[in-house]
Amino acid sequence: MKEYIIRLVYVEMLGHDASFGYIHAVKMIHDDSLLVKRTGYLAVTLFLNEDHDLIILIVNTIQKDLKSDNYLVVCAALNAVCKLINEETIPAVLPQIVELLAHPKEAVRKKAIMALHRFYQKSPSSVSHLVSNFRKRLCDNDPGVMGATLCPLFDLITNDVNSYKDLVISFVSILKQVAERRLPKAYDYHQMPAPFIQIKLLKILALLGSSDKQASENMYTVVGDIFRKCDSSSNIGNAVLYECICCVSSIYPNHKLLVSAADAISRFLKSDSHNLKYMGIDALGRLIKISPEIAEQHQLAVIDCLEDPDDTLKRKTFELLYKMTKSTNVEVIVDRMIDYMNSINDNHYKTEIASRCVELAEQFAPSNQWFIQTMNKVFEHAGDLVNIKVAHNLMRLIAEGFGEDDDTADSQLRSSAVESYLHILGEPKLPSVFLQVICWVLGEYGTADGKYSASYITGKLCDVAEAYSNDETVKAYAVTALMKIYAFEIAAGRKVDMLPECHSLMEEFLASHSTDLQQRAYELQAVIGLDAHAVESILPSDASCEDIEVDKALSFLNDYIQESIEKGAQPYIPESERTGMLNISNFRNQDHHEASSHGLRFEAYELPKQTVQARIPPASLASTELVPVPEAMYPRESYQTTTVPSVSSDAASTELKLRLDGVQKRWGRQTHFPSTSTSNSTSLKTVNGITQVDGSNTANSRTRETYDSRKQVEISPEKQKLAASLFGGPSKTEKKSATGHKSSKPSSHMVKSHAPKSSMEVASEKTSVQQPPDLLDFGEPTVRSTAPSLDPFKDLEGLLEPTTQVSSAVNHSSTAAVTKSPDIMGLYTETTAGAHHKDSDILSGLSKPPMTNMVGGTTTMQVAQSSKGPNLKDSLEKDALVRQIGVTPSSQNPNLFKDILG
Amino acid sequence: MIKAVMVMNTQGKPRLAKFFDYLPVEKQQELIRRVFGVLCSRPENVSNFIEAELVRLQDSRLVYNHFATLYFVVVFDSSENELAMLDLIQLLGQQTLERCFKNVCELDIVFNYSKIHTILDEIILGGQVLETRSTEIMRAVEEISKLEAATNAISFIPKSASSWLSR
Repeated sequence: MKEYIIRLVYVEMLGHDASFGYIHAVKMIHDDSLLVKRTGYLAVTLFLNEDHDLIILIVNTIQKDLKSDNYLVVCAALNAVCKLINEETIPAVLPQIVELLAHPKEAVRKKAIMALHRFYQKSPSSVSHLVSNFRKRLCDNDPGVMGATLCPLFDLITNDVNSYKDLVISFVSILKQVAERRLPKAYDYHQMPAPFIQIKLLKILALLGSSDKQASENMYTVVGDIFRKCDSSSNIGNAVLYECICCVSSIYPNHKLLVSAADAISRFLKSDSHNLKYMGIDALGRLIKISPEIAEQHQLAVIDCLEDPDDTLKRKTFELLYKMTKSTNVEVIVDRMIDYMNSINDNHYKTEIASRCVELAEQFAPSNQWFIQTMNKVFEHAGDLVNIKVAHNLMRLIAEGFGEDDDTADSQLRSSAVESYLHILGEPKLPSVFLQVICWVLGEYGTADGKYSASYITGKLCDVAEAYSNDETVKAYAVTALMKIYAFEIAAGRKVDMLPECHSLMEEFLASHSTDLQQRAYELQAVIGLDAHAVESILPSDASCEDIEVDKALSFLNDYIQESIEKGAQPYIPESERTGMLNISNFRNQDHHEASSHGLRFEAYELPKQTVQARIPPASLASTELVPVPEAMYPRESYQTTTVPSVSSDAASTELKLRLDGVQKRWGRQTHFPSTSTSNSTSLKTVNGITQVDGSNTANSRTRETYDSRKQVEISPEKQKLAASLFGGPSKTEKKSATGHKSSKPSSHMVKSHAPKSSMEVASEKTSVQQPPDLLDFGEPTVRSTAPSLDPFKDLEGLLEPTTQVSSAVNHSSTAAVTKSPDIMGLYTETTAGAHHKDSDILSGLSKPPMTNMVGGTTTMQVAQSSKGPNLKDSLEKDALVRQIGVTPSSQNPNLFKDILG
Repeated sequence: MIKAVMVMNTQGKPRLAKFFDYLPVEKQQELIRRVFGVLCSRPENVSNFIEAELVRLQDSRLVYNHFATLYFVVVFDSSENELAMLDLIQLLGQQTLERCFKNVCELDIVFNYSKIHTILDEIILGGQVLETRSTEIMRAVEEISKLEAATNAISFIPKSASSWLSR
């Protein structure tokens, strides 16, 4: 049996399943024969872990064996205790083990101490009352037991230095005795007296003496003695020496000891053994924290280690260099690092080296030019491994300049960046992140200094989009860059000729499967069609760093909502409230029902109110006027009305639910985000009003109670994200400004909430935090919407909307809605999607007004800059727009464009 | 603390694996494979230390040594001294096993599996180095074998591989 169990252990070590035999091993430990019992213990310690089900069968036997007369049985049981006893079973064996601390056999005492140490590791509280026992055992007659006691003491001291300061003297005297060979000869190892005990003691002293002058002074003599006595020809002697250096670098510095430590290090570094070089490099890394000047003596040795074929040694050396970096040597070190980075294949380590390069470059860059060059190299070689944030940082750096109010320097920097990027573009196979940076910079600054013509840059950009045709992000960046360049050209009054390849590219993108690309292509088309003034307001040149204020709570809509609710509109019902079955198929069949919908229009008429708060008042206001409005104006409403009959028109409440579900389905989750917050705030405020005004709103009162909880749920993940980005963001900025390399502008994007009376305010105020600057800065190079003098939205509106006047209340609020909504969008994508999406989202906000008009197709375009008085139709359109903007144009809802674009 | 001691041959077959922190069997196998992958890619005459990042372990380092056809590997965390661990391997591999078996070879370990474990238990307990005197270790091990023999009348432990084969 015994042989079989040993075979089984072997089989399991080779990687096969041996769990069928575990129970036999457990049975074996109950055997009387010592040999069988020991084999059983060996097998269970190797088979089982402390949480295994069979442990419960073992505990009783262990208890019995710990009381055995035969010390070998006790030892075997203690071995098992170390491995198998878990937190719950500790109390069962603890008393016996404490008794064993006084066992006559030293081997048993040692193992009992180790068992207690193990308990301490597993559950410190279970043995906290026994700490004094460890101190007592330190004075054990047997040096072996004393040495074993050092292990738990080391752990205890690591956790709490101060309560063991009194032991410094005892440790020092023990170390002295050991070093003076007072221990029995048997403890010598390679002519070193008890080196393992020395090492342990030095480690403990290093902990106790760290930044404690008084304690350290006690140690100086003995550490100095060991330095002298150490035999540096044997391996173990060097181990003790190394431990001495660690100790010296940790305790309160003493000049004499530092000198001997430096000597020892130079011996290590000069040695032929790679092991010793490795230890020397490691020790040097510790010592330069205290005395940086000693590194200079060893420069050459360190450089040798860099050239060494040994990978471990090289990495250790780079670690040392990373610690040694100053603004004077940063260029050399980072160059070296990049070289090394190119030579390795291990992605994990490559990422680490790349991030270190970036960190050093950010901290110590001697010049901006150098910084950009370095970043280019890093991106080129490890672009896909670098954190995307680094790319955003680089873009921001180029956009904002370096903080000094020196515009010529900034523009020089930019043109040098443009030049280097144009050069790099010639190389094949660049990483995606790097291409994004290149496209952005070329789009923003490619033509800024007039050195390169627009057609040259656009040609390059088209090449990029074609060469990397399977990377949609890059293509999207390229299209946006094209748009910017054309916009700058138009704004400058030059005539724009689109290159033929650009035309073909656009045609391809217009039919792209990616809605993002499609969107951007349409935007580009729309922008090119506009005149210089409009373009300049949409895409002013070099304005990517201006701040945008985002009103997250949509408080500007409060009045409007209040008003509409008073007029009988139903408050918004959050997504979660709208339960019920999903009727996707209804929407598939919409078109068929459209024809028959006319007859049912009146019945379905009220329903659109509930979908989105903002759309309600016009409907109620113009309950009679609305009917004659051409159907094409309201593609969506007509869908909704048609669905109702097709579903079930039994109860009004089910109708409501069904319809809303459908909407939710069609527009994806994000549709409701902006409107949720809006109507949350108002519906809470005016709940009483609703029930008075609109008697049919019984459903509301039912759902009202849950608003609060719903809101909490909605806010908290957002808050967490913001907090996370807050803690990430500012630290970067601080670092940069601290090193004087570049003081970033206070690019704060305060999310202010203006929802004064609603309870929403409380929640949203908590969320009004600084946005991570890098994201917003680069995500929205085109939006200056809130800049007071230029309001592209208003201008656009003026350009495109008919000038008919209408009741001012509606007009006012809906205009506000239009102008603000892109911001909202920006905000939500900022927190939900990646930054690169934002570009398109905001632009989609910008370009939507013309598009909606195209769809409507009813009004003639009258260019009248000054007037902003949309008629009822327009306000309705805008209401629809508000909703549309709530949708992230992503691939999840391809139907979007069908609606907008006909 | 010491996390694991492994002995494997130059083909990557594990000959002895003792983990002081619990790892599921599959993880153990994976670790052994990774360690071997790194070991056999290392050139001659380089240091005996490996950053454990290479084998995807947190806060741990690796020291290995090469005797005859066997790799001895110790995995440990930052509270141990690398050179000391190297000496521990020396102690285990060269001194103790040599004394036990005279010209230790792979087969000795295969056939005296439980004895090797007994030796290791004497040296390392609960992940801490307990005993470094090879005479003391030998004495303890022999005492155990003697007692075991006494209780069983017949020894099941062959003295070495040769005696096992000659039976």
